[in-house]
Amino acid sequence: MFKVIDKSIISADEMVLNMGPQHPSTHGVLRLKIITDGEIVSKVEPVIGYLHRCFEKHCENLSYEQIVPFTDRCDYLASMHMSHSYSMAVEKLLDVELPERVEYIRVIIAELQRIASHLIAVGAFGLDVGAITPFTWTLRDRERILDLFELLCGARLLYNYVWPGGVSHDLPSKFVERTKEFLDYFEPQIDEYNQLLTTNKIFIERSADVGVLPLNVGVNFGVTGPSLRASGTNFDLRKDEPYSVYSKFDFDVPVGEGLMGTVGDCWDRYYVRVLEMKESVKIIRQAFEGLPSGDVHEVLPKKIRPRKGEAYSRYESARGDVGFYIRSDGKNTPTRLKMRSPAYCNLSVLDEISSGWMISDVITILGSLDIVLGEIDR
Amino acid sequence: MSEKIINNISKQFNNSIEYSKENNCIFVINPDKWLEIATFILNDNDLKFDYLMCITGYDLGESSRFGVAYNFYSTSLKHYIEIRVEIDEDIEISSIANLWNAANWHERETFDLYGIKFSNHPDMKRILLPEDWEGHPLRKDYKTPDYYNGMPVPKDKSYWE
Repeated sequence: MFKVIDKSIISADEMVLNMGPQHPSTHGVLRLKIITDGEIVSKVEPVIGYLHRCFEKHCENLSYEQIVPFTDRCDYLASMHMSHSYSMAVEKLLDVELPERVEYIRVIIAELQRIASHLIAVGAFGLDVGAITPFTWTLRDRERILDLFELLCGARLLYNYVWPGGVSHDLPSKFVERTKEFLDYFEPQIDEYNQLLTTNKIFIERSADVGVLPLNVGVNFGVTGPSLRASGTNFDLRKDEPYSVYSKFDFDVPVGEGLMGTVGDCWDRYYVRVLEMKESVKIIRQAFEGLPSGDVHEVLPKKIRPRKGEAYSRYESARGDVGFYIRSDGKNTPTRLKMRSPAYCNLSVLDEISSGWMISDVITILGSLDIVLGEIDR
Repeated sequence: MSEKIINNISKQFNNSIEYSKENNCIFVINPDKWLEIATFILNDNDLKFDYLMCITGYDLGESSRFGVAYNFYSTSLKHYIEIRVEIDEDIEISSIANLWNAANWHERETFDLYGIKFSNHPDMKRILLPEDWEGHPLRKDYKTPDYYNGMPVPKDKSYWE
């Protein structure tokens, strides 16, 4: 006769494992409180706020022009997107119509920035799962984009380029030519990444079928950007609510198809970013063809004093849906400025999709969400 | 925000909401009804606001002191709505974190920076500031403390210049 075993005796104790705040694979100063049962993760609690710089409090004491450099420092891998989205919110309050040249320049810059940001995301994700070489390749190519930005405005990382009402400088004389050279060089490179990393057997084993994010869960948690599109939706603000001049360009929105496993797994989140880089190249080429001439400082206001009221603007950044909610009382400083940061919402889904996986898979899932802590903690 | 959406909601909650054309948003006059309204806009077939984009707290410094602005979007029907709840200092707002999980962190942030309380929130604690921080910094009457855990808080450049 078998004896009935009291299960409370054999069930293993749960252990709390602290990952971070100083840890190479948390992409910044993030602390993860991981509750584990053996090596299986039962709960992950992200502890954020280590990089909190009181961005929103600062903004209440700064004039609208002075806020632009602060927005750059939120998402430091896609600074152009941040200042662009902030400028759009202020322009909504000011009710200004921008010259077409400004909109074209902004789109060109934004798509170059999207490529630069995705190159980091793709390379660092490889690094997270143990592939070191691709990171050096993607950094090498990102360097060329940073060189272009240096030519454009003198800065390599934090640009202060997009201003409410325009941009700080017109395109320099050699910019168009050198960007076209870069695009010709870069397009074949994407196929090389695919050979090196995307179709690598070890890489697929590590990332396919891991951390599947179902679409309805993603929407409920407010996940946006490539991380949500990998779950099989084409929700992209550039198509759904076209801002700037995006409605004039012909491009596709890459969607996760589950080529190597399930729709919405880590591999899909990675591959959507690779495909998005191709689409960005397409957009930049079209924008160069239609680039109109004109003065970029034409409607740049001397002093920004918006009307009394509120505005909420939305923008598709490299990480997802950036929102700026600005309340103005007619003075030259906002009374309230809130930034809806996409990585903040994307990170909140981590517990939902990583419980049940091993500790090493949590790193993979975190890497595939592509977070930037500067933007989460603000 | 289309008229159809506003009619749809006001048909159901005539006495609890008020549409403001100037601000292009809906004000919830009766905060007790907020959870019911939220459940309705999530589940109604003509509304289906499944994506909660943003929750913004703000300080009015007046009689009805605080306000919370909710921005919703429908991924299937592609429409947008803004709803605001304005309350006195000591009144709690019902949490909507059980309907939209996105509200969980946003409400914690609003509590952290403004001290607005959300009832029935699953895990209400500070999120951006340290847990032993005193006060809620984005309130208009917030005074920077002189010391934090015994360390002097630098208030002007004389500390580092």
